[in-house]
Amino acid sequence: MSGITAYGVYIPRTRLIRSAIADANDWFDASLRGLAKGERSVCNWDEDTITMAVEAGQDCLSVLDADSVNALYLASTTLPFLDRQNSVVVSQALNLGDRLRTMDVAASQRAATSALISMLESGDVKGNSLLLASEHRRSKCGSRAEMLWGDGAAAVAVGSENVIAEYLGSESYVTDFVDHYRGEDSIFDYEWEERWIRDEGYMKSVPLAVNRLLEKTGVKASEIDRFVLACDQGRTPAAVAKAIGIAGHAVADSHIGDLGVAGVAHPILLLTEALENSKAGDLILLTGFGQGTDAVLLRVTDAIVHKRPRTGFSSAMSRRREDANYNKFLSFNNLVDRDVGKRGELDKQSYLAAMYRRKDLLTGFIGGRCRSCDTVQIPKEKYCVNPECGALDSQDDHPMSSVKGRVMTWTADRLTFDWNPPAYFGLVEFEGGGRLMMDFTEVESGTMDTGVEVSVHFRIRQFDNQRGFRKYFWKATPVQQ
Amino acid sequence: MASGIKDKVVILGMGCSKFGERWDASPADLMSEAFEECLADAGIDKNQIQMAWFGAGIDAYNVGSSAMPLSIALRLPNIPVTKVENMCATGTEAFRGAVYAVASGACDIALALGVEKLKDVGYGGLPQRTRGVENDLYWPNLSAPGAFAQLASGYRAKHGVDKGDLKRAMAHISVKSHANGAKNPKAHLQREITEEQAMNAPYIAEPIGLYDCCGVSDGAACAIVCTPEIARALGKADLVAVKALQLAASNGEEGGYNRWDGSYLKTTRIAAQRAYDEAGIRKPRDELSMTEVHDCFSITELVTMEDLQLSDEGQAVRDVLNGDFDADGRIPCQIDGGLKCFGHPIGASGMRMIYENYLQFYGRAGDRQLKDPRLALNHNLGGFPHQNICSISIIGRYD
Repeated sequence: MSGITAYGVYIPRTRLIRSAIADANDWFDASLRGLAKGERSVCNWDEDTITMAVEAGQDCLSVLDADSVNALYLASTTLPFLDRQNSVVVSQALNLGDRLRTMDVAASQRAATSALISMLESGDVKGNSLLLASEHRRSKCGSRAEMLWGDGAAAVAVGSENVIAEYLGSESYVTDFVDHYRGEDSIFDYEWEERWIRDEGYMKSVPLAVNRLLEKTGVKASEIDRFVLACDQGRTPAAVAKAIGIAGHAVADSHIGDLGVAGVAHPILLLTEALENSKAGDLILLTGFGQGTDAVLLRVTDAIVHKRPRTGFSSAMSRRREDANYNKFLSFNNLVDRDVGKRGELDKQSYLAAMYRRKDLLTGFIGGRCRSCDTVQIPKEKYCVNPECGALDSQDDHPMSSVKGRVMTWTADRLTFDWNPPAYFGLVEFEGGGRLMMDFTEVESGTMDTGVEVSVHFRIRQFDNQRGFRKYFWKATPVQQ
Repeated sequence: MASGIKDKVVILGMGCSKFGERWDASPADLMSEAFEECLADAGIDKNQIQMAWFGAGIDAYNVGSSAMPLSIALRLPNIPVTKVENMCATGTEAFRGAVYAVASGACDIALALGVEKLKDVGYGGLPQRTRGVENDLYWPNLSAPGAFAQLASGYRAKHGVDKGDLKRAMAHISVKSHANGAKNPKAHLQREITEEQAMNAPYIAEPIGLYDCCGVSDGAACAIVCTPEIARALGKADLVAVKALQLAASNGEEGGYNRWDGSYLKTTRIAAQRAYDEAGIRKPRDELSMTEVHDCFSITELVTMEDLQLSDEGQAVRDVLNGDFDADGRIPCQIDGGLKCFGHPIGASGMRMIYENYLQFYGRAGDRQLKDPRLALNHNLGGFPHQNICSISIIGRYD
């Protein structure tokens, strides 16, 4: 039996209140007011598709042996690099070693479901493959997309041992239906009329694929317990379900109101919620829409109760920070030409040879443990940092990305250039040894102090806008009580 | 066993430019301003200088690297010139090179000059700059005040000091330095401030406010040094001698090994003890007449009082508020205004401190003259609390 063996979720903490978007823009487009309900998730300035994928992957690995992962697929239409395999960056941040298959899957809102089908169809193989779906779509100021979309990432692992949702079959219907597109030189999507997309797209394409699958698997539409159709049209999933004969209560909430539609990641995000709320025997029908439809049928097993990831969907949803600062959202998404000051002008060239030499530290957050005195240290250097030891070349690799720490010294710096001032940073002392002067992120004003417990997170350190590059490193974030 | 530097070298002459926002002065202008004063004070001819050490702390910012900026600016007669750069300890490093050259007998008369031209970058604060190719990949996004502000969190956590009390002591430090700077015509900032102003200034890096930060200045300072015998032969009386010159550089332990608590400066403690030993000082609180310490930020001065053994550990807040280091206190600190108000042109600062010692010993300090000073300690700290270079010089009367 093969199927899904684990899942994980990451949703950025910041939730932009939609009324803030309407307040700023309804002078231009009064129709935005009608969409201004609830909130949407937004990436912090230092988050992107890669960093969110790492977080979702870590959540998934909280219930999956990292050594069992032999393939990693990253699905997104917003990959930070067009030519530099993004999935490799993610796999190294997850410390998955150097023997796995990696691949980026892109160019359609169906990317994640198509990748998932490929993984499920690859048969009973040893170990697990990991699908990470992550999306951080840019949208124009004051657009419907800006209102309805969100940012987020989800992970599912596929394997044949300890399966939590058995794979029953899949079907794809493929057609060049262009509801929207983004050309190679474009930043933003160009969309066609919503009603046409509904009538000629969702209402025709999804039933076609689903009915083929139901026929193939001998399952009746009325037997489906969870129907996942990610869609930024609020009422369309229910209409599609009705057309197929799926019960209304089986239709998964698209979470437009409290999350926003997170592109390629959204079907997988909704799947994780479906898994989280399922019991053994439940039938889950997952669809993916974009130039046709993918449909996947899964049956939940008894093992589901043992595979609750550390965070999961509902915890990721409830870990939120409300924000009404639309101007900040515009800044973080490069929708305004902000005066960053002369300190922001510093050349941020990345010296690739040096970066490669330091990749274990930079991407893996790997320190060293001294064989002579057992001292843990980060970075790993030639001589042991323990002044009573000082041994040469004595350190073994010591991954520290899952080690918690405590803040020793800190400040909130308003002089240095930062996209979200003040810049918080300080000296973090890790459990079991090792300390590092490092950046902090996701710090709530007034909550930082010596002794605060932190965990480390893979984030963007700097943008080199001159050369289209971005550097990543790990930052400390207060552990939420 | 090394005998140390005590009393082997004396100061023949010193000079210091006006510090400040010297918009119309080039690095060469600043160097010649300090040098001409120094040369006249030494009473020698330029051609009698046999070797020179040149300090500029922020490499390649306007002044340029290598020996040439100094040699060309002063038209030195093709003598050996060595460029030194050790962050905020640079000025003292240049001085150390010249003093050691004289002490070794390699030359009779040597020049040390430190300069910095910070106000050509177009914004306030120190220039934003690279920390090195690899460091830039993972060091935090920290400014100088951001690095030093962390001393406050470490100090508070260790000694259980109330936030408000610590901030008040920090304010007292700045108020005192402004009062001293107001009496110094060469100081960058010559205006007194109130404790209220210091307490209520906008934050730069919590809990450091605007008035907790030193001036970012242009300036140069220099010294001509020789042996006591040569100074006497040249007609110099009441000699001022070098008593100790020490340097301690971090090796990464504070920031990388789980021992240091973030409340003090390890290198300062080490360099201070070595300097006291070299100078033969057993009771610094009784023997020192004055200190010039690296008050880049008020919190640095506060913890430095303990690191130099001038306050008991955990008692600096009390001693500062008690006025122990005010102009009329038991050991005046920053009688010339300090980095805070005299200003902080990085490469010149260590030498500027020695310049003030020198003026005080010769009774040339004007309105801020101390009564019969005999022994002065100067302290510089380059880098960040968790990894830095500390230099200490002790200067005193040659008996």
